[in-house]
Amino acid sequence: MAKKKGKKRQTKKSTNSNKKRPIAHELAKKQREISVAEFFEKNRHLLGFDNPKKALLTTVKEAVDNALDACEEAKILPEINLQIVDLSSKPEVKKEVEEGQTVLVTEETEKPEDIKPKYEDRYRVIIEDNGPGIVKKQIPNIFAKLLYGSKFHTLKQNRGQQGIGISAAALYGQLTTGKPVRITSKISPKSPAHYYELKIDTQKNKPEIIKEKKVEWNKEHGTKIEIDLEGKYQSGGKSVDRYLKQTAIANPHVTIIYASPQAKQMVFPSAVKELPEESKEIKPHPLGVELGRMIKMLNITKARTVASFLHSDFSRVGSGTAKKICENASVPPKTKPKKATREMAERIVHGIKKTRIMNPPTNCISPIGAEALEKGLKKEIKAEFYAAVTRSPAVYRGNPFVIEAGVAYGGEQNPEGKSKVLRFANRVPLLYQPGGCAVTQSISETNWRSYGLSQSRGSLPQGPCTIVVHIASVWVPFTSESKEAIAHYPEIVKEIKLAVQECGRKLSSYVRKKKKIVAEKKKRDYIETYIPHIGDALKELLSLKVKDKKKVEKLLKKILEKKRGKLKNIKVHKADFDENLALEGDKKNARKKEKKEE
Amino acid sequence: MPGKKKRKKSDVSSEIKKVAKGVYSKILKKKQPELESPLRSLSNVEYNSDDGYFELSGKTKKRTLTAASAKTFAQILRMMSLSKNLIEKDDIASKREAYYISKNWDEARFKEQPESDSAMDDIEAMMMVNREQLGFIPEEKGGEVAGKLKVIDKDPDTGKQLKIDCTKFGSGAYSIPISVEHLKFETKAKFVLAIETAGMFQRLVKHKYWKKANCILVSMGGVPTRACRRFIRKLSEDKKIPVYVFTDGDPYGYGSIYRTLKVGSGNAAHINEFFCVPNAHFIGITPQDIEEYKLPTHPLKDVDIKKIKDLLKNDPFIQHHAKWKKALKKLKAMKVRAEQQALAKHGLNFVISDYLPKKIKNRKTWLP
Repeated sequence: MAKKKGKKRQTKKSTNSNKKRPIAHELAKKQREISVAEFFEKNRHLLGFDNPKKALLTTVKEAVDNALDACEEAKILPEINLQIVDLSSKPEVKKEVEEGQTVLVTEETEKPEDIKPKYEDRYRVIIEDNGPGIVKKQIPNIFAKLLYGSKFHTLKQNRGQQGIGISAAALYGQLTTGKPVRITSKISPKSPAHYYELKIDTQKNKPEIIKEKKVEWNKEHGTKIEIDLEGKYQSGGKSVDRYLKQTAIANPHVTIIYASPQAKQMVFPSAVKELPEESKEIKPHPLGVELGRMIKMLNITKARTVASFLHSDFSRVGSGTAKKICENASVPPKTKPKKATREMAERIVHGIKKTRIMNPPTNCISPIGAEALEKGLKKEIKAEFYAAVTRSPAVYRGNPFVIEAGVAYGGEQNPEGKSKVLRFANRVPLLYQPGGCAVTQSISETNWRSYGLSQSRGSLPQGPCTIVVHIASVWVPFTSESKEAIAHYPEIVKEIKLAVQECGRKLSSYVRKKKKIVAEKKKRDYIETYIPHIGDALKELLSLKVKDKKKVEKLLKKILEKKRGKLKNIKVHKADFDENLALEGDKKNARKKEKKEE
Repeated sequence: MPGKKKRKKSDVSSEIKKVAKGVYSKILKKKQPELESPLRSLSNVEYNSDDGYFELSGKTKKRTLTAASAKTFAQILRMMSLSKNLIEKDDIASKREAYYISKNWDEARFKEQPESDSAMDDIEAMMMVNREQLGFIPEEKGGEVAGKLKVIDKDPDTGKQLKIDCTKFGSGAYSIPISVEHLKFETKAKFVLAIETAGMFQRLVKHKYWKKANCILVSMGGVPTRACRRFIRKLSEDKKIPVYVFTDGDPYGYGSIYRTLKVGSGNAAHINEFFCVPNAHFIGITPQDIEEYKLPTHPLKDVDIKKIKDLLKNDPFIQHHAKWKKALKKLKAMKVRAEQQALAKHGLNFVISDYLPKKIKNRKTWLP
């Protein structure tokens, strides 16, 4: 559009040069700032709201990510209650919804009166956490203003990054249903809960408060969000169910109780009772800073010389290193940062590249931990063998990161077809664009045949196996804003390969042993199949008595056992898969459990 | 079975029992049972040039009960039991029938007939008997006969003697039965001519070559069956007449058809003594003939060349005869082969008017 107008302006200018007012003034009336909210309204696909199915998933994802980040920051073991209600017309579904609610929601079972039976593909997402809650003043900004948050400016491992997620979901709901987002939040047992109904003023990117009141909520603290939106619920592949299950694997400290639109209840209980280690906020590493950012940092720094600026505003730069950088950049160390020119900034960036600087500190990263990841796998995947590893930290473009990998092999997994790959970034499952992701590439390029899995060249391995890869970093390089695939940095690809190879080696000894056992078992079965026939034939040939025939068979078994060793060690080692923990129960199971607890 | 080694049926049955007892007592001693039989292959035969047949050299195959052999072990024992049953009831089963009987044995059943045939051969070799003595008979036809021969058979119902005149089949022929031991012969023929292909046999019958040459014609139809070999052997031995063998000029005709008829096979070495025809002479197409008669030829295929190499390297009979070695090497160098029918180049009846009379007259053109 803009381009077209630009052309028009030029032609007009040349032909109607005698016109009184320059046309630019006319055009200027139309030129104004584009609000982020407006921009998003038109480009919703950039944030993962391309289609109704994906929109529902993205909404759940943003809400869960926010809840988990909030809980962890407040050092609370997260407990999340998620409910998706089908608001569409189908009467039988409606009935089930009510049933589901009575089962699940213990307090304030407000029956959605406004269910209008004429909409299809309309859902209500209700998510409740036991987090620290949000102070009254901030509620409107957090939920009804895009790009408002605490995470964007910090270099610290977080699930969310841009502060666009939950408010984008609210905006999407508002755009598709016209309904405001509804928030209830409580920050302590002593203070009351606040209830808000909010809309976003898309022109001003400002919250619009529809309703505001104090309510009773018998919960110590926490936040509850309700969003109505147009969506599509599907099970399988890229579904909410799958997303939650994977979240449970990568976050074994989290408890999630989920009621699906069919009112099927699933419980993902926690397997570890400790919170993951808190990640520290760090200053940027010089190698990760580009020119634009350097100029900006020079402008806002409180340091009085370039040398002290380098020393104080970056990690891993001591006064010696700072001097060295200045030397390499041919910038006098005493230069005042505010007076540094663009050229100087550029020379500093180059000087940094020439200087040897220590890798960034890694306490800003909090990996899941091999043990916890294995526990997560154990509770969610019925397999026979589990292994997980955590690599030591590495660095790409000055950003530290840690790769973790895990495998779950055998058990009830499909023995046919390709193995499953689960990708995580800062504990968040990635469900879309597996093809364009560095994780998929690295796994495909690893030779799994040497670990006992079959694999055709350049593709994922085959067999009953789940491979998990987690990247934890202060800044995960995604290929796009919708955070679906990890970019192919050589350092990252290398680390992923090393991690899965380590798992592969652990897996291979198990797979080999199992194959050997299966083969031996088969051989034995084979022999034992024919023993009775030998008995029968001898009985016929020598007119033996039945007793003698039995004796022959017994002796033959003994003879063969003597030859091959006892079949004792051959029982397939059943996993320490915990049935109770993995009560990924259907409604019945959940009900039973509830009754027992009562 | 004729000769010194012929065993009575009851002997065979008790021999089977003996082997079974051996297995049984091993098991009672808590040792792995074994079945031992001579190794049935060309590598385990020697050419007995005095009597003119392949005889077994000492190698034996021990089949110990292990994971790999459990199935065959069970199958051989069951097959032995079947054989014992047949002998005791004086009944017979064809090879195909035996294969179908095995279908009652659940997991121990044979999947394909070659498997049951092979088990049968193993038992044969183990007992050193002919499979007919085990109560098993082949499915295959024996071969066809025409010419100056009267076969004396018995009517299966009345037991009365039957005289079959092989000159009186017109354009047809007498079929050699599966079992030939009871047959007797009346003939004044000068020789037996054993022919590879049915086509050539038909031509010679049609033109009554047997009358002209005073001989007996036998069609082998490829590698001769045991019945066919035994029939020719008996006939030539009883009546003291030579056997001339007329095959294609190719390694298959030399090494498989002629060699098997004359000295037997590696696979059935334990019975070759009774199934060979030491009195046979080769009058088929030789490499020399291909050149002399300028016969139309086909190039040798890879399998033909492989067969020649194999014969030269592994066949004790060929190795014994320098003339055969020379002939095979020559054929290999010529890189061609010629069929019997190629003689038709010189006229359809050239084979009758020229080739056979000349060949039979001139011993020097034969191969041993």
